[in-house]
Amino acid sequence: MKQFISFVKKEFYHIFRDRRTMFILLGMPVVQIVLFGFALTNEVKNSRIAVLDHAKDNESSVLINQLDASKYFDVQQIIQSDHEIEPIFKQGKVKMVVIIPPSFQEDLRHMNKSSIQLIADASDPNVANTLTNYATALIMDYQKSITQNQKIPYTINTEVRMLYNPQLKGAYNFVPGVMAMVLLLVCTMMTAITIVREKEMGTMEVMLVSPMKPQLVVMAKAVPYLLLSTINIATILLLSVFVLEVPINGSIVLLVAASILFILVSLSLGLLISSGAESQQTAMFISLVALFLPTIMLSGFMFPIENMPLPLRTFSNIVPAKWYYNIVKGVMIKGLNVFGIWKELLILTGMMLFFLTIAIRQFKIRLQ
Amino acid sequence: MNQTKVIITDKLTKRFGGFTAVDAICFEVTKGEIFGFLGANGAGKTTAMRMLCGLSFPTSGKAMVAGFDVYKENEKIKQNIGYMSQKFSLYEDLTVKENMQLYGGIYGKSNAFIKQKTESILTELDIKKEANVLVKSLPLGWKQKLAFAVAIFHEPEIVFLDEPTGGVDPVARREFWNMIYNAAATGVTVFVTTHYMDEAEYCNRVSIMVDGKIEALDTPHQLKQTYNAGSMDDVFLKLARKAVRTGD
Amino acid sequence: MRTLKFLLQKEFRQIFRDPAIIRLIFIMPVIQLMILPWAADYEIKNIQLAVVDLDHSSYSQKLISKITSSKYFQLAHYSSSYESALEEVEHDRADLILQIPPSFEKELVKEDKAQLFVAGNAINGVKANLGAAYIRNIINDFNQSIRMEWIQLPRFSAQTQIEVTSSNWFNPLMNYKYFMVPGILVILLTMIGANLTAINIVREKEIGTIEQINVTPVKKIQFILGKLIPFWIIGLFVLTLGLLIARLIYGIIPAGSFFTIYAFAALYLLAILGLGLLVSTYAATQQQAMLISFFLMMVFILLGGLYTSIDSMPRWAQIFTKFNPVSYFIEVMRMVVLKGSGFADIKYHMLTMLGFALVFNGWAVFSYRKRS
Repeated sequence: MKQFISFVKKEFYHIFRDRRTMFILLGMPVVQIVLFGFALTNEVKNSRIAVLDHAKDNESSVLINQLDASKYFDVQQIIQSDHEIEPIFKQGKVKMVVIIPPSFQEDLRHMNKSSIQLIADASDPNVANTLTNYATALIMDYQKSITQNQKIPYTINTEVRMLYNPQLKGAYNFVPGVMAMVLLLVCTMMTAITIVREKEMGTMEVMLVSPMKPQLVVMAKAVPYLLLSTINIATILLLSVFVLEVPINGSIVLLVAASILFILVSLSLGLLISSGAESQQTAMFISLVALFLPTIMLSGFMFPIENMPLPLRTFSNIVPAKWYYNIVKGVMIKGLNVFGIWKELLILTGMMLFFLTIAIRQFKIRLQ
Repeated sequence: MNQTKVIITDKLTKRFGGFTAVDAICFEVTKGEIFGFLGANGAGKTTAMRMLCGLSFPTSGKAMVAGFDVYKENEKIKQNIGYMSQKFSLYEDLTVKENMQLYGGIYGKSNAFIKQKTESILTELDIKKEANVLVKSLPLGWKQKLAFAVAIFHEPEIVFLDEPTGGVDPVARREFWNMIYNAAATGVTVFVTTHYMDEAEYCNRVSIMVDGKIEALDTPHQLKQTYNAGSMDDVFLKLARKAVRTGD
Repeated sequence: MRTLKFLLQKEFRQIFRDPAIIRLIFIMPVIQLMILPWAADYEIKNIQLAVVDLDHSSYSQKLISKITSSKYFQLAHYSSSYESALEEVEHDRADLILQIPPSFEKELVKEDKAQLFVAGNAINGVKANLGAAYIRNIINDFNQSIRMEWIQLPRFSAQTQIEVTSSNWFNPLMNYKYFMVPGILVILLTMIGANLTAINIVREKEIGTIEQINVTPVKKIQFILGKLIPFWIIGLFVLTLGLLIARLIYGIIPAGSFFTIYAFAALYLLAILGLGLLVSTYAATQQQAMLISFFLMMVFILLGGLYTSIDSMPRWAQIFTKFNPVSYFIEVMRMVVLKGSGFADIKYHMLTMLGFALVFNGWAVFSYRKRS
């Protein structure tokens, strides 16, 4: 045990003397949480649109003002002819064009009807869909406002509530995701690279001839990263609560415990990678392909898993970050207790044991 | 004896913060000489050499290498020197031939020159069969000889060798020194750091650095007489005992 | 010029001898372009709906069947208790709850108006928002048809009607992959380019070969160009590979010209490789270089507008994206591939990218020191 502690001490010296790396490791989560928490939002708002106003009468300018006043749209320019539509789309200046027909006001007053055409830039189908929906709703509101004196029979009102995240903040979705990514980066990639680096430099052999068990030598390298990541979790949680105002609705003890479990999973994964890789470049390559991208893509924090084809949905089950993401979302935002996340906890524990067993066995084989 | 001086230093100094690694050293090296640069680890040998090669800026003092000023004409110096660092630094993932081709090309030698020189080195080192083998698969002793051959590939006036024989067996060291003699015979000045005292005996003149200063500079024979010592080893021990600094 | 030739020869030999790099160049982009667009499918469909029906009337049944027959919704849960529906949401088995209050039908018929409640799981804001909008539209339609049943269609409507028609340009089939594939291609190019160059110089520092180069008369600019050009060519090769896959697997044929794409990509690669070189001149170890470049990539990619609209970001973040080369390339790729934009449309982007390339590379050359 005393030997183990002295090895751990040595690893701490390594990390703490490299100020630059330390600074990045501890500063990274702060920058990411603040940047992503504030900047990323799933809401579509302030979209730039153009209006082709053939009518140029009172009613059309009232409608244009209403569109511009809503938080969804920002009327960028008024265009004069059909020929201008394609160029402004091609220059990426606007995402939608609203076309108001000639004699808009007259039609409304005398024939009680008119029509408005919306052209959306559907290169992003979701944004196009959303914008069309918003614009239609706003035009309907406008229609109501000019017909407010008439009573419409048989009306169904729909009241919509947004659960958990009434302001539709992006942070609710990204905080759990960023936690998973930072922990993976710090624990898995850094651990894997440090160990491989010692292999490359030949210092690993020196330690392996010491009387300590090889497994312990390797484990000692993981301990400092465990500590660093715990600090990172604390930073992230503090920032989310006090800066981003994302609440912790469930038990904080449970959240921290689950995070430590995930750290252990990531560390064992790092050990596993390092047992297979011979150069730092290979370790980085594996981390990049096997971890970074699947975590972003398949953990569910960016793209809904239920939309994916079956093979990918199945594959997503072996991505540890998916389960952790579910836990954080559940405990932090939905306020679930341990019975709500026991399945996820069990799976992560299983993964940790599995990775660790293979990693230790690999190291043994290598030594014989 | 009125020969050209190829290296002249005058109070050359290098400080890192409050630490003076090289402290106002003055010496001259004559053309064609094998000049030994001795000192314990941390005495400042490598730092001094790096300043002469243009890898490190001097803090103060003067130095001329191959007739050029180390401050201003650093790039001209590089055209005229060869360098072999203590860390083996040929490209391991290139073949023997490719390394020679690369360095020949970098120094602006013609294709004909590169071709002919490569042939002659391969013959001299007797590694014709290994010409197309990746450098990483060669034994260490061969690699070092190859590194030396590459360092003087472009026929520089001076070649700087930083502990060139670290970690190789006595036979390989012997062969290595034969190469140095052959090179010196063609007029190349050899500036070599080492801490093998038997190697010091092979040098024309030897300087001994202690704590950043040059404590002694003479032929091995003279040094032994001055310090009343039986071997260079004894000379070195007598001087090095005064050292305050230890290790790198 | 001749020195540069020798340096390039060396770099190419080293690259093609390293199996890790070969895999990175040839296999990674192919596999990722084959898989990722399927994962990055943000098209909202299959919204899982939990219905709390407290009315059990024929209207409530009609409404439910109308909603579930649309392609957007699937009935995941049907009960008479809000709590049990909420539990479905908690376990992510439902995204949206529709609550039909008791006496919904009676109130609608007798009192001319009735109320419905919709609750969305807003942790994923996009889905909740779009889901709510869709369900509202369907309810509106339903409302309209009921009205028709009760009031005989008048000859002349007393009620003002504005008919809204909408059309979707450039991607009329609303295929989300058309949107994602060009973006993902940009990400791949960026990761390969920036990471490879970032590690490259640092690796020479760690091994010590850089010192051997530093004592030679090689000029800084030659050395940097020697590092830049090979990865620039590799980048353009990966782009070609990617465009080929986009065409063969996803049937994406750029609406604009290939020349525009390549011209912009050539500039972009210069900029991003310059950034990688910059990182590597500052980092002392490969580990540091990787950490810094991973961090930068993460920020650039997430704030690059790959899947969240830049328009929706707060003002300061929008200003930040002006300094993010990735966001320019993603935008340009989508403009050229989907909308057929030409040089005139992207001249501002081109100029900015040229600026990035000059600044990053100039800085890298400046900060690379042959002497300490």
